[in-house]
Amino acid sequence: MSTKSILNLTVNGKAYEKLVEVRMTLADFLRNELDLTGTHLGCEHGVCGACTVIMDGEAVRSCLLLAVQAEGATLETVEGLADGDRLHPLQAAFQDRHALQCGFCTPGFLMTATAFLKENPSPTDAEIREAISGNICRCTGYQPIIEAIGQAAPEAGGKPRE
Amino acid sequence: MAETYIGAPIKRREDVRFITGTGTYVDDIKLPHMVHAAILRSPHAHARIRDIDTSRAEALPGVVSVFTLKDIGELDATVPIRMYKIPGLDKYLQPSLARDEVRYVGEPVAVAVAESRYLAEDALDAIDVDYEVLQEVMDVREAMEDKVLVHEHNGTNLAGVHHVSIGDADKAFAEADYTRREEFRVHRFTGNPMETRGIVAHFDRGKGELRVYGATKLPHLNRQTIAAFLQLPEHKCHFEENDVGGGFGIRGELYPEDFLIPFASVRLGLPVKWIEDRREHLLAANHSRQVTCELEIAARKDGTLLAIRAQIYGDMGAYVRTHGGLVPCSTGALLTGPYRIPNYQAKIHCVMTNKTGLGTLRAPGRVESCFYRERMLDMMARDLDLDPVELRRKNLVTPEEIPYEIGFTRPSAHPTILDSGDYASALRQALERFEYDEMKGIRGLQEDGRYHGVGLSYFVKNTGGLEPYEGARMVVGEGGGVSVFLSIAQLGQGHETAMAQICADALGVTMDAISVFHGNTDLSPFGWGTFASRGTVMAGNAVHLTALQLKDKILEAAARHLDVDASGLTLEDGNIVQPGTEAPALPLGELVAHMRESITPEQGVPELEATAYYNSNNITHTYGVHLAHVAVDPETGVLEVLKYLVVEDVGRVVNPLMVRGQTVGAAVQGIGGVVLEELVYGESGQLLTTTFLDYLLPTSTDVPPIDDLVLEEAPSPYNPLGVKGAGEGGIVGTAGALGNAVSNALGIEVKDLPLSPDRVRAWIRARGDG
Repeated sequence: MSTKSILNLTVNGKAYEKLVEVRMTLADFLRNELDLTGTHLGCEHGVCGACTVIMDGEAVRSCLLLAVQAEGATLETVEGLADGDRLHPLQAAFQDRHALQCGFCTPGFLMTATAFLKENPSPTDAEIREAISGNICRCTGYQPIIEAIGQAAPEAGGKPRE
Repeated sequence: MAETYIGAPIKRREDVRFITGTGTYVDDIKLPHMVHAAILRSPHAHARIRDIDTSRAEALPGVVSVFTLKDIGELDATVPIRMYKIPGLDKYLQPSLARDEVRYVGEPVAVAVAESRYLAEDALDAIDVDYEVLQEVMDVREAMEDKVLVHEHNGTNLAGVHHVSIGDADKAFAEADYTRREEFRVHRFTGNPMETRGIVAHFDRGKGELRVYGATKLPHLNRQTIAAFLQLPEHKCHFEENDVGGGFGIRGELYPEDFLIPFASVRLGLPVKWIEDRREHLLAANHSRQVTCELEIAARKDGTLLAIRAQIYGDMGAYVRTHGGLVPCSTGALLTGPYRIPNYQAKIHCVMTNKTGLGTLRAPGRVESCFYRERMLDMMARDLDLDPVELRRKNLVTPEEIPYEIGFTRPSAHPTILDSGDYASALRQALERFEYDEMKGIRGLQEDGRYHGVGLSYFVKNTGGLEPYEGARMVVGEGGGVSVFLSIAQLGQGHETAMAQICADALGVTMDAISVFHGNTDLSPFGWGTFASRGTVMAGNAVHLTALQLKDKILEAAARHLDVDASGLTLEDGNIVQPGTEAPALPLGELVAHMRESITPEQGVPELEATAYYNSNNITHTYGVHLAHVAVDPETGVLEVLKYLVVEDVGRVVNPLMVRGQTVGAAVQGIGGVVLEELVYGESGQLLTTTFLDYLLPTSTDVPPIDDLVLEEAPSPYNPLGVKGAGEGGIVGTAGALGNAVSNALGIEVKDLPLSPDRVRAWIRARGDG
């Protein structure tokens, strides 16, 4: 079971060329091969959304993709959100609103929200609720997450990212 | 200092690492030469193991080792009971790997260790186990008949019984104007923290030391058990929790895997990682709830409660685990709630079935008992033509009666005492905030084609206590920085922030001078853990007491340095000041620098540290009200919660942001558990709900915004800070309020949970108009 393949991709602005097992998931690749452990695995079957990353501008479940499917892709993970010590508006809003407790689901919510706010920079609460309904949080009851995304929307949505 | 940190909505210092993806959860730990374990689990609910052949698996490339119970040999141990050790339960303990028989689907049978998790899982497929399938028993009623035995050699499935008897219930029933008897059922569900369980064990052969990462909730207790199992001295075993993705009762308890992974590391001399997948979590980690209750109530016709009697049955699963009889016994412990019910009798049965073992889930037993009692009160109000709110108000324990001793409701040497509260005041405020008087007319079919109803529940919840102490150690270092070492763990709550708030106020330094460390057995020799909403009560008071001791030591040292009397000194914002004098302030950091450089032998050791334990058997009780407005679609049976309020008095709020976070989060977890979640067993004892596609957790579109009102009218007289735990009030009343709301909406009497669409539809059909 050790069929390997060369994978080229860009993650958080950095280009990688890696030899990977073809059966390795994208999530495991990010976590184990690139040591980007901010992407978390809550269910490994595509329901909980903790492993959400942005691939070529779209929020995807990295546990449902094989790493080799990301050949040539541009990925953003939670590690790429902040600009040095300066938090992304969504990150700052999550702290302001106490939109996280254990923090395990948080990277997935942040990436889902990042992609969503680019599509819809001035969402209603109902639209935010809908947008994050594919991410599970066991701690917060979602309400502060919805507030945080609403708070960050004016700044995060309007800001084009490279 | 005019303002205090306690009570301020301070943003959590934990957050930065979590929002930047730089936290360290157990699966983020990577050690040199680390290998990966996977666990072969029983596919049968009940079977005899005839033979296990690991040779095919061992021959696979990348496989390091495969081991079975035989390899563990004489080290073999069982998961210990740590609480609610009812006599008899210790005959039903779980071994590290199945001995001769498997008793639930998911029971560990063998362990494969390989160079990657992928290869370890491949190896499981190549382990050949020859099973002789036996008859299983999945229902408590059937199990009580003892026709099929889960543990044949014990001769019965009734593992233990506990009796509660207060007053003379039988006499009260004989004399009552009114009695009613009902049977209530709460289904099986579980906590499902977003991070599954995980362990990295590293036995360093050179040092003879074991380091275990991923230990949480009870690191000291788990170290004690594992050190004894591996025959290692405790001080050579270091348990570290790292960051933890949620607890909710299930996470951090000791499980078979906690023996197996350290064992593998000792055997191989390599770091071994095991990360549970979600299917394993649903199959193997503790299940919870599933307590059935035959409840009888006796009252005068004016609604004065006289007595309750209960037969309580806990579905313990196949093995009694760490919590012993806690879940069913806690159901009995607060069954009388906030009410004056002088006569109470209960018989609590711990019954074995071929399911995964039962453990705690946020407010274990209390969610269940609140549901039974509050449903019964609504039924009684209808029978007696009384207003359900007035019925409750009439029977609430009054402030004059508090402290109110209910009696010995637990298998414990300490009686249950309601320590402080104004229960009627919380009720009044809840009704006002919910606009209950305007809402209560909304009942039955409304213009939107749905059936609407409003439901109320009143709860009390024990917080703190259970185990008597927690400790804190504080050290002042360079620059006046204060390190606080806690004996308790954190599972996402925010202790690093809350404990710094408490420390800063008591010590007289700014919060940013304080660092809080926790969840590592090296930090403190003793400790219990983080459960039963005891973090703030136990560790918070330990921090408070330690800080006061440290402050005295600092002022004494400063007095020696300044050559003044210590009684004239105080510590404010990190400066030693002499109130009423012109003397300049001495920053704490300067005192430390001085002590380092110029302390004389006559002045003793330069010790600026303190350790204290808060030790108390007294249990605090929060209390409050849940109110729900629901709408039921008669065609689909889908229940929508339109409005939800939680009112809870927590005595004293340390951080309102976090208390609100706990309350809202717990309420949503509670609504999910009551409406969506269920561990369903099918034919042959197979668990059918092994993914999040089958086991439905609440998502953002399933729940309404939760309103909450946190009260501080009744600080606990039992501890210096006056605090009570805030972690569970948001969930305790969910089943009761929703059960009452759906009953009111449909004009039925809900006695079973969950309130899932199929069941709601069945109730509508049974009503005859659906």
